[in-house]
Amino acid sequence: MAPRVGVVQFPGSNCELDVIEAVRLLGGDAEILWHADATVSGVDAVVVPGGFAHGDYLRPGAIARFSPVMGAVVDFAAAGGPVLGICNGFQVLTEAGLLPGALQKNRGLKFLCTTVELRVESTASVLTSAAQSGAVLRVPINHFEGNYTCSPEVLAELRSEERVVLRYVDNPNGSVDDIAGITNAGRNVVGLMPHPERASNPLLGSEDGLVLLRSFLGAATPVAR
Amino acid sequence: MLFSVQVEVSLREGVADPQGATIERSLPHLGFDGVRGVRVGKSIRFDIDATDEAAARAEVDDLCQRFLTNPVIEDATVSLTAVDASGAGR
Repeated sequence: MAPRVGVVQFPGSNCELDVIEAVRLLGGDAEILWHADATVSGVDAVVVPGGFAHGDYLRPGAIARFSPVMGAVVDFAAAGGPVLGICNGFQVLTEAGLLPGALQKNRGLKFLCTTVELRVESTASVLTSAAQSGAVLRVPINHFEGNYTCSPEVLAELRSEERVVLRYVDNPNGSVDDIAGITNAGRNVVGLMPHPERASNPLLGSEDGLVLLRSFLGAATPVAR
Repeated sequence: MLFSVQVEVSLREGVADPQGATIERSLPHLGFDGVRGVRVGKSIRFDIDATDEAAARAEVDDLCQRFLTNPVIEDATVSLTAVDASGAGR
């Protein structure tokens, strides 16, 4: 049976359909999880997609983390379920406390919309298990607040536990230690600023995001939990 | 009792502030040469009902910690004034 992936939709999300398209391309089932429903509807994996949830008012993710669905996402993650936050979704997961650190305005104060190179630093996560360690992937970024920051203690922990899963080859936004994506201690929650769903077809200029989404779908089975 | 509250949210010391840095760099072009240490924050105002000032302050501190700031990168400075029936103090 195809894995069922739930894609959270907040008011202001704008990448949910792209994620659904990419998941279906890989043979998965995908459905919208409306933010006001306090359930993940029995899906096998959850994606918090990009966009501007609740208008990014106050701070990106600050209001979204209180949406009813997020309580269910936190429970799902605590039970070992695979959770992926992309771009604004990464910001939401840090605000919700599922991932450490925070995302600040880009160094240089420019909104960045370009394709960058990412190096796979660890394959021990739900997003990178099918990738080759050290592989370089071309994946688009599209953000104003993607400058990852955390305390020196958290950074030391991320490094020693190999929880930095993706790094920028050429740091575009000032993120500490070139961090593009991290995972939690359980390695079932991953957040990243780049958009793998936008690198899912040669027509889009790259299909390097597929190996990441394929990893994620591979983790999205009831058996894996 | 009603209290008027102003919360100033600022980036924690040591956290880079690209907005502040950009403003500071542009000031000499306008002829302001002596300005240093520009930091950009935000100000949030509201009224709160509480039994006394200590209760109001405790609730505002909790609100700041859980919602109005991201404690990883931001601090809050709270100013709190009692508002009397005529609205004075707001």
